[in-house]
Amino acid sequence: MKLVIGLDGHGSGEHALAFAKELAAKTTDCELIVVYVIEWSPFSFQTPEENAERHKRREEEIAVAMDRVVNPAVASLTEAGFSARAIVRHGDVAETIDNIAHKEGASQIIVARASAGGLTSRLFGSSTANLVMNARVPVTVVA
Amino acid sequence: MKKLFSILLALSAFIAVSVPAQAQEAAASLDARVNEAFASFTGPFVSFIFAPIPGTAFPWIVMWLVIGATVFTIYFAAVQFRFFGHAIGLVKGDYSDPEDAGEVSHFQALATALSGTVGLGNIAGVAVAVGIGGPGATFWMILAGLLGMASKFTECTLGVKYRNEYPDGTVSGGPMYYISKGFNELGLPGGKILAVLFSVFCILGALGGGNMFQANQAHAQITQITGDYPGWITGIIFAAVVFAVIVGGIKSIAKVTEKVVPFMGVMYVGAALIVLIVNFDMIGWAFGQIFAGAFTGLGVAGGFVGALIQGFKRAAFSNEAGVGSAAIAHSAVKTKEPITEGFVSLLEPLIDTVVICTMTALVIIISQQLIVDQATGNYMLNEAGTAIATVDGNSGVALTSAAFGSAISWFPFVLAIAVILFAFSTMISWSYYGLKAWTYLFGEGKTTELVFKIIFCIFIVIGAAASLGPVIDFSDAAIFAMAVVNIFCLYFLMKVVRKELNSYSARLSSGEIKKFSH
Repeated sequence: MKLVIGLDGHGSGEHALAFAKELAAKTTDCELIVVYVIEWSPFSFQTPEENAERHKRREEEIAVAMDRVVNPAVASLTEAGFSARAIVRHGDVAETIDNIAHKEGASQIIVARASAGGLTSRLFGSSTANLVMNARVPVTVVA
Repeated sequence: MKKLFSILLALSAFIAVSVPAQAQEAAASLDARVNEAFASFTGPFVSFIFAPIPGTAFPWIVMWLVIGATVFTIYFAAVQFRFFGHAIGLVKGDYSDPEDAGEVSHFQALATALSGTVGLGNIAGVAVAVGIGGPGATFWMILAGLLGMASKFTECTLGVKYRNEYPDGTVSGGPMYYISKGFNELGLPGGKILAVLFSVFCILGALGGGNMFQANQAHAQITQITGDYPGWITGIIFAAVVFAVIVGGIKSIAKVTEKVVPFMGVMYVGAALIVLIVNFDMIGWAFGQIFAGAFTGLGVAGGFVGALIQGFKRAAFSNEAGVGSAAIAHSAVKTKEPITEGFVSLLEPLIDTVVICTMTALVIIISQQLIVDQATGNYMLNEAGTAIATVDGNSGVALTSAAFGSAISWFPFVLAIAVILFAFSTMISWSYYGLKAWTYLFGEGKTTELVFKIIFCIFIVIGAAASLGPVIDFSDAAIFAMAVVNIFCLYFLMKVVRKELNSYSARLSSGEIKKFSH
């Protein structure tokens, strides 16, 4: 069984990790895939200089996400005796998590409750809400 | 740096509000002196570039561009039409590997290159073309746009193929790199010299069409609303803002511009469409004028050849196909297949010239700003006999503004803002193109870069102060000089592109290259 855990770098991700551990402990041979998506759109506008530096920036963004969010999570999972690996990807958060889960053949996506509030999420919906509405894989939202 | 910037800004604001009348007079004569010195300095270069083919009135440079575009169209068997659908698919991201997400996308490279080209060429340049060459110039402009797609395809493929990738992950590319590396690879001599020559012209082009022409027309547009005042004031304000972005690294200004410019572009096309829809009964007549003028000239100076020259010239100036500037912008894209960037780039002349320029031309023709001699049906020339007489004696951006204003009374205000923003974004793009040529010549480094950036800002002031004639001549000459070197080298390098094209299209039809399911 494969479980995809979507993290957003906020404290609430801990709840999602704890829930995934609980679930994985109940089965044998469960792989945990920790996913962090860097919000990015291929349809944004940039200056020539930004384009020239884009590859460098991308590598830096991935390194930061690995260091701060994903690697500590994978380390805590492996320490607890689970088989875990990490994926960091750029893109739309909900769409990318769903694509990864679909491609990996995961049986469930586990995410934390939306941590961002305010006007933006009222207008466009939170990533969590978008994921719940559009995912092709069952989603558990951990409070 | 911040301190320097604030001093500059304060100074320019002070000048703008406190110039008394007698100082204005002195300033106007300063404008005249700048203009005179500039015209005499650039004269010989301009005359060489626009020298007519012996025995004709046809400038050799226009022929050079058209022959180049035609050769590439034939050599790549009309690649611009065969791969048009594929280009759209690439821009939509159908062929982008999700694992490469976060790199510069095809769409972003296209949008960046377009924001460097869509601008005054489409607004002021078209008005110059139609104002001098008549409606017929539009026909030749569209034809040049369609052929130019093949030139763009060739140069942008090479731009990505031969770019430099540095250990820190940044990239530099453009004609200077593909000329020197490509010639080297093919065992041809002279690559380095030609690359240096291109870089010199690229710097002049950046200072001319990418800078002075923009500043000049932005000033013309502002004075339409505020009334006349000396150009150097606009120049200093523009220079201060550009300085803040390119030297001060104040990215927020550039970011805002990059987001507003596409919006302005869409609004411009939208407004043009409204004018056309309101006057839909005249669209047929306008196209009639375009076709009739293309082959007869309808009384313009130089007859149909005059229309043709203007059409080709302004198309090249607007979409920059064959000039080599887009190759610099496109080379940042991360792709395993350089040719895909070539496909994407061929959309540029289509959007820029075939769509947007044609819209401007139609609005000018339909609004009947050009005066027709009712007896003959031909256009009447102005007193000097150099251009078609217009209702209010307007030319350049003022003509476009008046044309839109005749249908949508408040639009000239929006257009003024659009012109200023377009001018600004084009300056930012060209400061980068010029800088790449500069660092190719003098090496990368903070001091050499700063020297260029300061020169660039000084030229903004000169451009705003000089009158349109000498500025437009120098701008054209400098940009076309880039095309002389670039197209010459593309003839030698096009076989490299053909090899890429053959390999890619074979893999595309065998199914080896396929769409990614997202």
